[in-house]
Amino acid sequence: MSSSVLLLALLALMAVAYYAGVKRAVSAAGGPAGIKHLHSLPGYYGFYAALWAGLPALLLLGLWASLQDNFVLSLVMAQMSPDLVSGLSDGQLSLLVSDIQNLARGNIVAGEVTPAIQAAAADYGRLQDLATLALWVLALASGLGGLTLAWLRIAPTLRARNRVEGVVRVILVVFSSIAILTTLGILLSVVFESLLFFQKVSVIEFFFGAEWSPQIALRKDQVGASGAFGAVPLFAGTLMVTLIAMLIAVPIGLMAAIYLSEYASSQVRSWAKPILEVLAGIPTVVYGFFAALTVAPLIRDLGEGLGLDVSSESALAAGLVMGIMIIPFVSSLSDDVINAVPQSMRDGSYALGATQSETMRRVIFPAALPGIVGGVLLAVSRAIGETMIVVMAAGMSANLTWNPLESVTTVTVQIVALLTGDQEFDSPKTLAAFALGLALFLVTLILNVIALHIVRKYREQYE
Amino acid sequence: MNKPFTPSSASNTGLSSTGPGGDTGPDKSERAGRRATIDIVNASLGRRYRAERRFRFIGMSAVVIGLAFVAILFADIIGKGYSAFQQTYIRLTVDFAAEVIDPEGTRDRAVLSDANYLKLARDALAARFPEVTQRADKQALFGLLSPGAPQQLREMVMADPGIIGTTREVWVLADDDADMFMKGRSTPIDIQRGAGLASLIPVEGGADDQIQVLSTANDFSDIMSDLDDFRTEDRVDATSPGAQEELTPEMPSHLVAINGGLVKVQQATSAAVIGTLIKPLATATDAQPGQWATMRFGTPENDRRLKDPVVAWIYDLGEAGDIEKRFNSLFFTQGASREPELAGIAGALMGSFYTLVLTLLLSFPVGVGAALYLEEFAPRNWLTDLIEVNINNLAAVPSIIFGLLGLAVFINFFGIPRSTPLVGALVLTFMTLPTIIIASRSALQSVPPSIREAALGVGASPLQTQFHHVLPLAIPGMLTGAILGMARALGETAPLLMIGMVAFIVDTPTGFLSPSTVLPVQIYLWADSPEVGFVERTSAAILVLLAFLAVMNLAAVLLRRKFERRW
Repeated sequence: MSSSVLLLALLALMAVAYYAGVKRAVSAAGGPAGIKHLHSLPGYYGFYAALWAGLPALLLLGLWASLQDNFVLSLVMAQMSPDLVSGLSDGQLSLLVSDIQNLARGNIVAGEVTPAIQAAAADYGRLQDLATLALWVLALASGLGGLTLAWLRIAPTLRARNRVEGVVRVILVVFSSIAILTTLGILLSVVFESLLFFQKVSVIEFFFGAEWSPQIALRKDQVGASGAFGAVPLFAGTLMVTLIAMLIAVPIGLMAAIYLSEYASSQVRSWAKPILEVLAGIPTVVYGFFAALTVAPLIRDLGEGLGLDVSSESALAAGLVMGIMIIPFVSSLSDDVINAVPQSMRDGSYALGATQSETMRRVIFPAALPGIVGGVLLAVSRAIGETMIVVMAAGMSANLTWNPLESVTTVTVQIVALLTGDQEFDSPKTLAAFALGLALFLVTLILNVIALHIVRKYREQYE
Repeated sequence: MNKPFTPSSASNTGLSSTGPGGDTGPDKSERAGRRATIDIVNASLGRRYRAERRFRFIGMSAVVIGLAFVAILFADIIGKGYSAFQQTYIRLTVDFAAEVIDPEGTRDRAVLSDANYLKLARDALAARFPEVTQRADKQALFGLLSPGAPQQLREMVMADPGIIGTTREVWVLADDDADMFMKGRSTPIDIQRGAGLASLIPVEGGADDQIQVLSTANDFSDIMSDLDDFRTEDRVDATSPGAQEELTPEMPSHLVAINGGLVKVQQATSAAVIGTLIKPLATATDAQPGQWATMRFGTPENDRRLKDPVVAWIYDLGEAGDIEKRFNSLFFTQGASREPELAGIAGALMGSFYTLVLTLLLSFPVGVGAALYLEEFAPRNWLTDLIEVNINNLAAVPSIIFGLLGLAVFINFFGIPRSTPLVGALVLTFMTLPTIIIASRSALQSVPPSIREAALGVGASPLQTQFHHVLPLAIPGMLTGAILGMARALGETAPLLMIGMVAFIVDTPTGFLSPSTVLPVQIYLWADSPEVGFVERTSAAILVLLAFLAVMNLAAVLLRRKFERRW
């Protein structure tokens, strides 16, 4: 909490610096009458001072806050007697670390409190306090130092506006590179953990193995300790759910788009379209609830009525509801591309005596096909990455089956299952989630790139 | 329309239709060939129009199916959830006995707080039903009370210790099973007034609480028809007309309400039933037609959580006006709980609030800044192209991937505490940033270049042009985009599961660093709970979430309408 107090203190310091800067600039120019002798408007001198006072200190604060914990921990661990630490697995070590942290913060401790741990906790607390104090001193010192520096440099000839604008431009560049950094962060985190995973489990086994049971033994000698990481059942399950969703969403979405753009009166269009779009705004967890508590029992009862054996968590229920979710996605993208087909092509077709549906099927649809394919690919990528519906309705058992009435599991379900709750970052079980994440990211990325390329190219064609 | 429609064939068909004669061999075939086009067209017209109508019908049904899905979804959730806005309370006459609460008479707050309020509540309920004496029955009876009921009494005493030693009427929370029953989600109840004169006869050789009810009219036909429906194959030969038949817990239960008592029917013939008294009779006299009733609980006893005696007690409370449904304010003031009747969304709402505020504070300035740079300042080169492609792709990356990012980078690398609004907001910021950047860029694009040129022309610097002139005109569009992004963030669940926001947290979060959960995650957790009572809570929480989303989307639409400008 102390860092947020420091943040407020620094913001206050910046406000003070702003007013000091304005005052200083005005007085340097010889009072309000002399403002015309200043290079920039007085406000810019204020911003100049505020930036000098706040920016270095804020950067320091950000860096410090993100690194302090790790740094202090490594110091504590280094000081601890080697016999306490040696011979511990990574998991036990992280348990020890969290014990020390909890002890220092006065929370409940999971393990046994030995004097050594007590000492380490005291050490940890002391170092944390010291580090926080140092942060306060350094941040305030750099803030005040910056303020003084700016105070000294403010003179009528100082090009304050240019300086301030330069800093703002740099900030804008940093902001826009955050998108790149995000992608980089995703790639690095996923790839790094995946590499660790593939050191423990072979790539071949992961991509071509047909058995998925990621149990990790609590003891070394437990039966079935190794676990199996063949992801084929997950890929198959994902494909099946996606396929079912597409079988629902593409015909309905496409035909709805055609009807609304070609046949419906503008009145019908004006209320039917927003209502359909409501489906796109509903959170996925709501669809998951709907799938698990309404659709799945319905399908099970229907199946029982027909004498079929339907699992209570079937791929069909998840796929069906996912299809409903994707309908507006397909229909609005198709609507866009259908409307982008030039009117002259329609008119030409009508002039030859074609009916509306013939024009649609033989002229507009072929012309719009690339765009529609692009939209469908985007929808496929969404279906593959959709999580909550399948988590709640598709089940956990990794069945390799073609029967949509059975329970299947998907890549996203397994990521959630492997990563919710406590994790150890060295067990293949946790790392497997990142390998699955990598596969998911790459597949959706490729689909997105292709789809966006097709859509863009198609739009340019008729513009 | 397989043949090309050429002008020559068109003129020929005109000719051929005028020529009457000439049915000779070669001419005939030639004329048939000439007539072909218009005739083919005419002949195919019916088919083509049918195809047209079919196509149109398919399109219309697609729209109707889509709209039907919306209707079904909302009807289902509202139907399941509306009842959660009410909660069942039971009126008890509670004796705040001093010897239970504060035997020493010290009025020390610690003593008052630790007192056995459960006993107070149970004593009051036991006093209400003096006929319940068996241990197992008493346990079932006490099951009517929510674990929150003693807490209610404690709060009353803590607020006003003066009530110790007095007797008060208190409306206490009912258990979720009783609540479900009151909301009609346990069993349907049919009540039929008795048409005949009913007389009561003790059963010879039966237990004390067994009694036979005879009716002069055909009042027990319902029971007989239920018996017919549920009679299993192997019992057919055992039943002869007029014989007594046993009712089993696999079939709907039947009770007879007579003379202030309740009889649970165990054996029946068309004219008489034998059953046990689950509520004692006031008198044993005959009951006139219309003065007694038969009750049928449609759901078999084995399929219910509330057994027949408990249902009878609730019915009794209802007759006396001692049980009723009230507005469920707890739902909006309580945090998570394992007990459905005590579970509320306050904690999740606060968690969502903190997370969203931080997300907005982080993503809006960054998104606007990035859009400003990319749209107005960036040179066109490979780097900005890369950023562009990147942003478009990030907008389509599955949200769960952002959860992996948050777990690996923010929690594991930077050591930000898990389950906090801070780490949730960081993940959601990265997730919504592309949306906000794309919306902000299109808002900037809609500001006409003349504004920029005019500002630059009178000597504003490029940054002054943007911040003083372009940005104020573009900000409504950007805000619209930001609101839509926030709406998406509010409904997002999957990435937050990864970063530990699934923890069971009872306390309402108080800041950006206190462990919390958010509304959609709460919905996910409740949807997983086995208790029936959570189904309606989940649906109600969904309704609240949807209401927030509707308000946000409406705000976005209104904002766009109000500030939309055509240049």
